[in-house]
Amino acid sequence: MLKIWLIIQREFLVRVKKKSFIVMTILGPILIAALMIVPIYLAKESQEKRLIAVNYQNKFILEDTEMLHFSQIPDLEAENLSKDFNNSEYYALLYIIENTFTLYSNQQISLNVSNEIERQIEQILEIINLKEAGINPLIIESAKSEITIITKIVDEKGNSINSNSEASMGIGFMAGLLIYMFIFMYGTMVMRGVIEEKTSRIVEVIISSVKPFQLMMGKILGVAFVGLTQFLLWIILTLVISTVAELWFLDSTVNSAMSSSNQSIVLAKVASLTGGINLTQIFFSFIFYFLSGYLMYSSLFAAVGSAVDAEADTQQFILPVTIPLILSFILIQPIIDNPEGALAFWMSMIPFTSPIIMMVRLPFGVPSWEIYLSMLILIGTFITTTWIAGRIYRTGILMYGKKASYKELWKWIKY
Amino acid sequence: MVNNLLIVKNVDKRYGDYTALSEVNISVPKGSIYGLLGPNGAGKTTLMRIINQITAPDSGEVIFDGVKLQKDHISYIGYMPEERGLYKKMKVGEQALYLAQLKGMPYKEAIEKLKFWFKKLDILSWWNKKVEELSKGMAQKIQFVVTVIHDPKLLIFDEPFSGFDPINASIIRKEILELRDSGKTIIFSTHRMESVEEICDHIGLINKSKTIFEGPIEEIKKQFTNNTFDLEVKEKDLKQNNLFESVDYNKHHQIKLKENVDLKEVLHFINKNHEVISFKKNIPSMEEIFIKVVEDA
Repeated sequence: MLKIWLIIQREFLVRVKKKSFIVMTILGPILIAALMIVPIYLAKESQEKRLIAVNYQNKFILEDTEMLHFSQIPDLEAENLSKDFNNSEYYALLYIIENTFTLYSNQQISLNVSNEIERQIEQILEIINLKEAGINPLIIESAKSEITIITKIVDEKGNSINSNSEASMGIGFMAGLLIYMFIFMYGTMVMRGVIEEKTSRIVEVIISSVKPFQLMMGKILGVAFVGLTQFLLWIILTLVISTVAELWFLDSTVNSAMSSSNQSIVLAKVASLTGGINLTQIFFSFIFYFLSGYLMYSSLFAAVGSAVDAEADTQQFILPVTIPLILSFILIQPIIDNPEGALAFWMSMIPFTSPIIMMVRLPFGVPSWEIYLSMLILIGTFITTTWIAGRIYRTGILMYGKKASYKELWKWIKY
Repeated sequence: MVNNLLIVKNVDKRYGDYTALSEVNISVPKGSIYGLLGPNGAGKTTLMRIINQITAPDSGEVIFDGVKLQKDHISYIGYMPEERGLYKKMKVGEQALYLAQLKGMPYKEAIEKLKFWFKKLDILSWWNKKVEELSKGMAQKIQFVVTVIHDPKLLIFDEPFSGFDPINASIIRKEILELRDSGKTIIFSTHRMESVEEICDHIGLINKSKTIFEGPIEEIKKQFTNNTFDLEVKEKDLKQNNLFESVDYNKHHQIKLKENVDLKEVLHFINKNHEVISFKKNIPSMEEIFIKVVEDA
């Protein structure tokens, strides 16, 4: 037990001390924060109102908006402006002749601006048309109505809970994506570690002290800790950076009282949205599928690494390992569209796809027996694959300069 | 029996259809340097892996220090495999410490012992270097240190001198002899027969997955000695006689005594008839024995 702990420690420390780990750990949250902050920052910058000239028409009086300010100019000036727009103080000129509307500018006009102008003119024309037809626009206005559908889930005990499919979708997608990323990134990290030990020829030195299976499991667990550490650091750093950045960029313009009231509104909204979703169940299932999915796949990745001499040779063996992984990623969307269907059911039972697919389905509500069955199958499979991988591994790591075939792998399992 | 630190009894090992070892028997006396010889693919590495419990034999048994080989014997055995290396990106000291701890040494003791060996081999200044900065020979010195660091009773070296320049090879040879003198038992596998003659006390030869012979090196040499002598005389030809047959190589002759002829009689005859420059019993070198045995098989 002590020895496997030494291995876990080494695998963990060596990777955590690497420059690439430190760079990724710092860069990751900055990128995420940038994704969150930059749009806000850009939106703030373009808040300066754009000045738009309109030739005087008493029929079309456009209203100023948050981004646009309309100023009326005489026809003659508009005529000149339409021919020579350079050096003008305006962003654009709206030139109206009869029922043709033209926007002139010395730059590409933003789609927002032209859409807004179109919308206002259409509205004005609609009212004019209604009046001409002898209908009071107020009647039309009062006839409009708006409703919201409330969806409720009735559970086994007869209680009904508000449900929200958007939130389910979001949570399911995020959970599936995280598991996919984690397995792929850290599974291949395990594989590269095994190949490194093989090519540097240290493996025989080590397995004269520990069992090959201990070395393999030590590596898998060590890398798992690396992954968990990285995720944890990302979460913490993202929170820190986005908080700091938010204060830095937005404090001057946004009233802090308003933003905090906004936040409480958002929180209340989140709470109401997730009302129908069993968050504790999702949390624990996530941890379960996350870990067992990783353990299953990384042992297979380790077996692949042990069977080859160089990373370039992994192609032929890596494909069968990654195909179910990629397949489950592709299936996320169809499963979200139909989380109760046969495809969803079977994919959440098959252990190679279940870690991702079951997490996608869970927020929509899955019968307990399906969850337990899927977990049971996954546990059984991960014990089997680890056992098989261990057998391939212990023979593979001692084979040098020989390209293994599938037939040989089968023999190694039987030795 | 007590004098043998390691006994391998009737060990078989098969990989699928391929027989790596069949009925292999060796006995390694305590405090000896045992040369494990054999051509490539004879099964030496498999045998060493079995002794190190890297693989298990299909049948037969291995006795270590009087008891059946078991898991905690790992810490009494030091193994330097033929395919050996180190983590390239790791620092020398850190890595040696890790490997020592894997052998079951406590942290403090490992540090002390490592410093001792690093000083002894004059490599203390490498402690904080990364392995990739070292030359192959330098890395091999570190491998030697991590093999002996936990003070094992039995040391197993697979081709220990490959990759060493002559100066470093002689340093390692000196260390191996010193270890033997301090009571360690050493198994040593090599193709280089001259190093076998220099340092081995015992040898065992494996060919085609079977033990061909084993024993003290002098005894084996005696077995392969065939009563021939090298003789050099001033005269061109040897006088005809009925004591021995001879083959001429210019002034140099190889003579083979006939059956039931006393050596004294022969010497007397030669002295009487010739002026002798040199007379020497023809003892085959290990290399000659090795080639003869492997080719005859």
